[in-house]
Amino acid sequence: MANNEKLVATIDGNEAAAYVAYRVNEVCAIYPITPSSTMAELADEWAAKGTRNVWGHIPDVIELQSEGGAAGTVHGALQTGSLTTTFTASQGLMLMLPNMYKIAGELTPAVFHVAARSLAAQGLSIFGDHQDVMAARTTGFAMLSSASVQEAHDFALIAQAATLRSRIPFIHFFDGFRTSHEVSKLELIPDATMRTLIPDELVFAHRKRALNPDNPFIRGTAQNPDVYFQGRETVNNFYAATPAIVHQMMQEFGKLTGRYYNLYDYIGAADATRVIIIMGSGAETAAETAKALNAAGEKTGVLQIRLYRPFEMEYFIKALPSTVETIAVLDRTKEPGASGEPLFQDVMASLVQALQTGRISKLPRLVGGRYGLSSKEFTPAMVKAVFDELKKEQPKNNFTVGINDDVSHTSLDYDPNYTLDESGWRQALFFGLGADGTVGANKNSIKIIGENTPMYGQGYFVYDSKKSGARTVSHLRFGKEPIKAPYLVTQADFIACHQFNFTEKVEMLAFAKPGAIFLLNSPFDKEEVWDQLPGNVQEVIIAKKLKVYVIDATTVARDNGMGTRINTIMQTCFFALAEVLPKDEAIEEIKHAIEKTYSKKGKAIVEKNFQAVDATLQFLFEVKIPSAVTSKTLPLQSVSSVAPPFVKDVIGKMLAGSGDELPVSAISIDGTWPSGTTQYEKRNISDQVPIWEPDLCIQCGNCAFVCPHSVIRAKFYHEDFLEKAPDGFKSAPLNARGFPETKYTLQVYAEDCTGCTLCVDVCPASDPLNRARKAINMDEKAPTLEVEKVNINYFEALPWNDRSRINFSTVHGAQFLEPLFEFSGACAGCGETPYLKMLSQLFGDRLLVANATGCSSIYGGNLPTTPWAKNKDGQGPAWSNSLFEDNAEFGLGMRVTADKQFEMAESLLRQLAPVVGEDLANSILGAPQVLESEVVAQRIRVQSLKAILADNKDPLAQELLSVSDQLVKRSVWLVGGDGWAYDIGYGGLDHVLASGRNVNILVMDTEVYSNTGGQSSKATPTAATAKFAAAGKRVGKKDLAMQAISYGNVYVARVAFGSNPQQALQAMREAAAYDGPSIILAYSHCIAHGYDLKDGLAQQHKAVHSGYWPLVRYNPMLRKKKLNPFVLDSPRPSMALKDYAYHELRYKVLLNTHPKEAEELMVLAQEFVNLRWKNYEELATKSASDFVPVA
Amino acid sequence: MQAIKGWLATGGPDMNLETNYLGMKLTSPVVVSACPLSEDVGNIVQMEDAGAGAVVMFSLFEEQIVKEDANFSAVAQSTRNMFAEAADFFPGMDEFHVGPHEYLEKIRQAKERCSLPIIGSLNGITNHGWIEYASLIEQAGADALEVNIYFIPADIHSKGCDVEQRYLDIVKAIRKSIGIPVAVKLNPYFSAIGNMARSLHDAGADGLVLFNRFYQPDFDIHQLKVLPNLQFSDPHEIRLPLLWLAILHGRIPISLAATSGVNSYNEVVKYLLAGADVTMTASTLYRNGIDYIKNMNEGLHSWMRHKGFEDLKQFKGAMSHLNISDPTAYERANYIRILESKKGH
Repeated sequence: MANNEKLVATIDGNEAAAYVAYRVNEVCAIYPITPSSTMAELADEWAAKGTRNVWGHIPDVIELQSEGGAAGTVHGALQTGSLTTTFTASQGLMLMLPNMYKIAGELTPAVFHVAARSLAAQGLSIFGDHQDVMAARTTGFAMLSSASVQEAHDFALIAQAATLRSRIPFIHFFDGFRTSHEVSKLELIPDATMRTLIPDELVFAHRKRALNPDNPFIRGTAQNPDVYFQGRETVNNFYAATPAIVHQMMQEFGKLTGRYYNLYDYIGAADATRVIIIMGSGAETAAETAKALNAAGEKTGVLQIRLYRPFEMEYFIKALPSTVETIAVLDRTKEPGASGEPLFQDVMASLVQALQTGRISKLPRLVGGRYGLSSKEFTPAMVKAVFDELKKEQPKNNFTVGINDDVSHTSLDYDPNYTLDESGWRQALFFGLGADGTVGANKNSIKIIGENTPMYGQGYFVYDSKKSGARTVSHLRFGKEPIKAPYLVTQADFIACHQFNFTEKVEMLAFAKPGAIFLLNSPFDKEEVWDQLPGNVQEVIIAKKLKVYVIDATTVARDNGMGTRINTIMQTCFFALAEVLPKDEAIEEIKHAIEKTYSKKGKAIVEKNFQAVDATLQFLFEVKIPSAVTSKTLPLQSVSSVAPPFVKDVIGKMLAGSGDELPVSAISIDGTWPSGTTQYEKRNISDQVPIWEPDLCIQCGNCAFVCPHSVIRAKFYHEDFLEKAPDGFKSAPLNARGFPETKYTLQVYAEDCTGCTLCVDVCPASDPLNRARKAINMDEKAPTLEVEKVNINYFEALPWNDRSRINFSTVHGAQFLEPLFEFSGACAGCGETPYLKMLSQLFGDRLLVANATGCSSIYGGNLPTTPWAKNKDGQGPAWSNSLFEDNAEFGLGMRVTADKQFEMAESLLRQLAPVVGEDLANSILGAPQVLESEVVAQRIRVQSLKAILADNKDPLAQELLSVSDQLVKRSVWLVGGDGWAYDIGYGGLDHVLASGRNVNILVMDTEVYSNTGGQSSKATPTAATAKFAAAGKRVGKKDLAMQAISYGNVYVARVAFGSNPQQALQAMREAAAYDGPSIILAYSHCIAHGYDLKDGLAQQHKAVHSGYWPLVRYNPMLRKKKLNPFVLDSPRPSMALKDYAYHELRYKVLLNTHPKEAEELMVLAQEFVNLRWKNYEELATKSASDFVPVA
Repeated sequence: MQAIKGWLATGGPDMNLETNYLGMKLTSPVVVSACPLSEDVGNIVQMEDAGAGAVVMFSLFEEQIVKEDANFSAVAQSTRNMFAEAADFFPGMDEFHVGPHEYLEKIRQAKERCSLPIIGSLNGITNHGWIEYASLIEQAGADALEVNIYFIPADIHSKGCDVEQRYLDIVKAIRKSIGIPVAVKLNPYFSAIGNMARSLHDAGADGLVLFNRFYQPDFDIHQLKVLPNLQFSDPHEIRLPLLWLAILHGRIPISLAATSGVNSYNEVVKYLLAGADVTMTASTLYRNGIDYIKNMNEGLHSWMRHKGFEDLKQFKGAMSHLNISDPTAYERANYIRILESKKGH
């Protein structure tokens, strides 16, 4: 948080905007969406802590079920006189659009703060551009664009001051991630300044316009052709007045703070001939580049758009130098099919109008271009390319910059080596892992420097797309002046590698300046380390004369009681080496920061950290650099040599970090991507992997069942296969009757293991002489890796077992089914993925998956590699993600197609029976397709049918061929998390359940919005904390099972694979077999619960045995048979809820910080559990007639 | 909040169950021993209402605190800045207190809501832990501290004198660091308990609690596993503490508390007769509910009336080694006598 005394803070753009928004509003209606979530979270946190707004009140912060809901609440709160705001981005803003028209139409002052983000089109992207705000430009909201963290802070106030004066609502936006997540030093606005710019009369006037039964009127009427049009035109003068109001506010703000802004700010030569017009963070890059070009004698300038709506021609023309001959308008958005992007069109229209009205005498040459979509880098080199293009006689219109468009040839070439003078900055790059604390330590370093010295700091953090073993790169700059460089560091004075194996996997030193410092966390000492570095790394070190330092931070951390956390140690090294601050001063400041951070954590922890800081310097050594390279060069991590060409050429480049270099032609035109590509990316993120002990194994299949990453697989085969097996290939006689001469192998895919240990935990077999040794145990990977690679190849070559010979109804049998969901990027120990794997094993060859946005759509569909795979026959799950809110409906659409085309295929087949053969036709038409063997038989019959039809040119035959695949019945599954099912998609889910159609819904319930950082959903239980429920959830969790049961014809199950895998398996099979809607509520342990996920299974067990998560199945088929359809599968609670709950930080944190409230809520939560159990028990003993009849 | 309500009304004002323990005046010799019942402050209120003389809080285990801290800190830290979409997961962590915060908070709450003496119970492992946590318990408002030295010398190279010294060092260190009375909960496995008791007194202990029931595991012969089951104590278990209380009473100027086997007023009376200042109970409260303290007080009360005692002092230690007419009853001679008496059966 800010340092109020100095009014200086080092914070990110989200906090900068929220800081003001919170203080100048009374209501915040919120919903999480990346990259804006932090604004809402902070508002909630401040309210929980009792932080007051500038009028001395604590704003009411309320979470809704969707952005649509948030917008509705905003509208209602505004209409009744509250100063109200919201924070959103991307699809969230799309959901607010309908209300935004209303809010603007009713001239209601409000500011929506938007961290501008891409829209989901050919693919979703969480990153920044202006597609979302541009889609909202027709709503009637004014639009104010911030270009930096400081501006995000300042414009939050200017927008609020202007909206209350103009009565026009505002979107205040800044670039998602680039500004919202950049940490930067800024000057804070004092509360008094906020009060000055928002006089009380404006607030009173807003309240006076509100709905009030003491002075009743109605608003929101329905208007007809006679008056609607006129009504729409009533607001014109308000819009006309707005630019002058914003201008006035900017000037008043300048007087109060010393920071002056204009609606359209021009930076550059007064006599510029070439001008770029741009808004957002890219404007800083453009302006700095123009300055550099002008210093070299060019005449360039940049017109930065701050007020985009209303677009004001007068101010705009005034800002533009009269000497301008050529203009490039840069849009960070795309409007396919338009004559130009939105800003381009506005500029064009304004210039033409200016010409027509005589404001200008000549129309400058005007071109438009696109840049920076989805946070694509926008660098000085690209800006220079645009200015260079403007020198041409016929500059390219509708161009792109920053990519290589080899399809429609829109892109401008640029010289990536062009940089600005960066000598005024110290720049640093840190390569770390998501979980190792590197990013946190760097944020802390910027704060230390920003808040304790006159220097300015900037930090930006890049993550890869995985949730387990994610790599992070921290980009830090320090300088004496404010840093205007919203692009990545490419010329570093200091590079730190926090994980030694990155030297083989990641390109780091290409970004080193000559003579830079390279700090390595290494298990090898200063004498040994050189020979452990790959040749290409050695080569760069010698060529660039880098100074190399080494520290065994892992050992220093362990020896000083810091466990595996190396962040403090590496941070100390940075300060000791980077010369940003004098060393001693820096160490003092680190200690000061430690004290501040850990003061509530006890003296011992503070001391431990101090000790680690002091120890660090003793173990930091400079490495003597030999004059010659001594190692071989290793290729950077890429894909396996057996990968298909697309995987090698495209995905391989992305994995190697060169995705930016891929041309447009390399990318699919419609978002289609090949299945099953994770198999080619061997991530090797865990040094410890499970080792199988065939002699102890009882072949139960539990380990394979629970493995979240499908790393453990089993096959049985005739013993003759062992003759050619490699040495070291493990096997055991198959432990099943009726399979003589048959062997069993459990294969661990060591390179894909994340080291979660769930397999070991679940293993029931152990050595009688050494109980600690189980039938599967974690051990070092390195000694066995090469042998295992050979074993895996051999195992892969063994045929998968005949599905029709496997007993699917048991966990033991299910292990022999090929998983078609594998090696995802989900967290180590993920509690969701075992369900998806099970789904893919049971129905993978005929599975259609509609996946709601969330964790499962990210680990399921985030590039470069994706886990949904296919079998040897090329069949596998067909997967898609539409949106967050519409997944149930999206999946229903899949069902409707399947049913319709099945019906069409049946009808055509009947007609064509004489052609294809009556026997074949009848056997296909009459196939029951319930048992797996029946599905397998049907698939063979359909293959025969297709072979016959392929040669038949009859249009009817061709039509049948086009739908014949549908004759193998499809299993349609709608999957997603609780945020989707309980909140944003609940209306659709409810409707789909009520549709009676044969869809299967799998809700992987983590009880929070896991993907966006653990915000509360209606699945969050009483007494647990979550974001937006920091004081503990007071309302009970929605009983979605009972709601679904109330329809009578819905199959419902509540399962927990870690407690009763057999029941989970049974439920999934029953759901699929039921010819109607099904819903499975699946307990999914999650990092958001706050414990080491190695205990995930034990925690699931406790969830069930405390009665918190009773296992149930409600089968309408039983009701039809006049049996009780409600089956309670779990035993009576045998432990208190708190004995389950207080193993989790989400509960524990409340007990620790607010014990009294925690105890009260726990009593309440226990009562909920008791009552529900009592009700369930009653239901389980009723008779069929007590339940809703089924048609 | 005022203690001793119901039972006193039936007993009359002339009967005095007051006792002195660790320098504190207690309204009854029935004290609740360290057990999970006191984890709920509501239970402590109920104990006071039922007439408990004092409550020894559940034990604070140093290693548990250290482990929990490590777990939760690791979880909170390792989930920070993991992905682009989630900078962290747990709101309120800035306020999260590491260390025995929750325990101390319970003491504070108990002191706020009750007026009976609250005795903290500490089970440490490191010298640093003993001293730090003892001070914190004192600062939280505990009236006294019971030191539960749970140390099983499983290392067969450990000498008895080293084990004794370890006890004494801990007591000395704690004594130096806090001002409230300190009681030591002892186990019965010393070669010379009497001498050990004296040494503990010399080291600064204000009281002794006899005896700690060590966790004595059972085996599952089918699973070949050690079963960590803890059983409630039975009345027959009072014999060993009874013997040593009787021997120690009056010999060392130190408070004596009896624990193990206190299931009804019977055991309370016996322990008092042996010389205990207070008797501690937990198992019976699990079996019969917290309000059973009332029955115990009433039982004691009615026994006193029956025997014509008006005050505990009149009979406390009446059957101790010091006071009994035939002290050999507690010694070797008595053992021989018993063996002799068995002959012929």
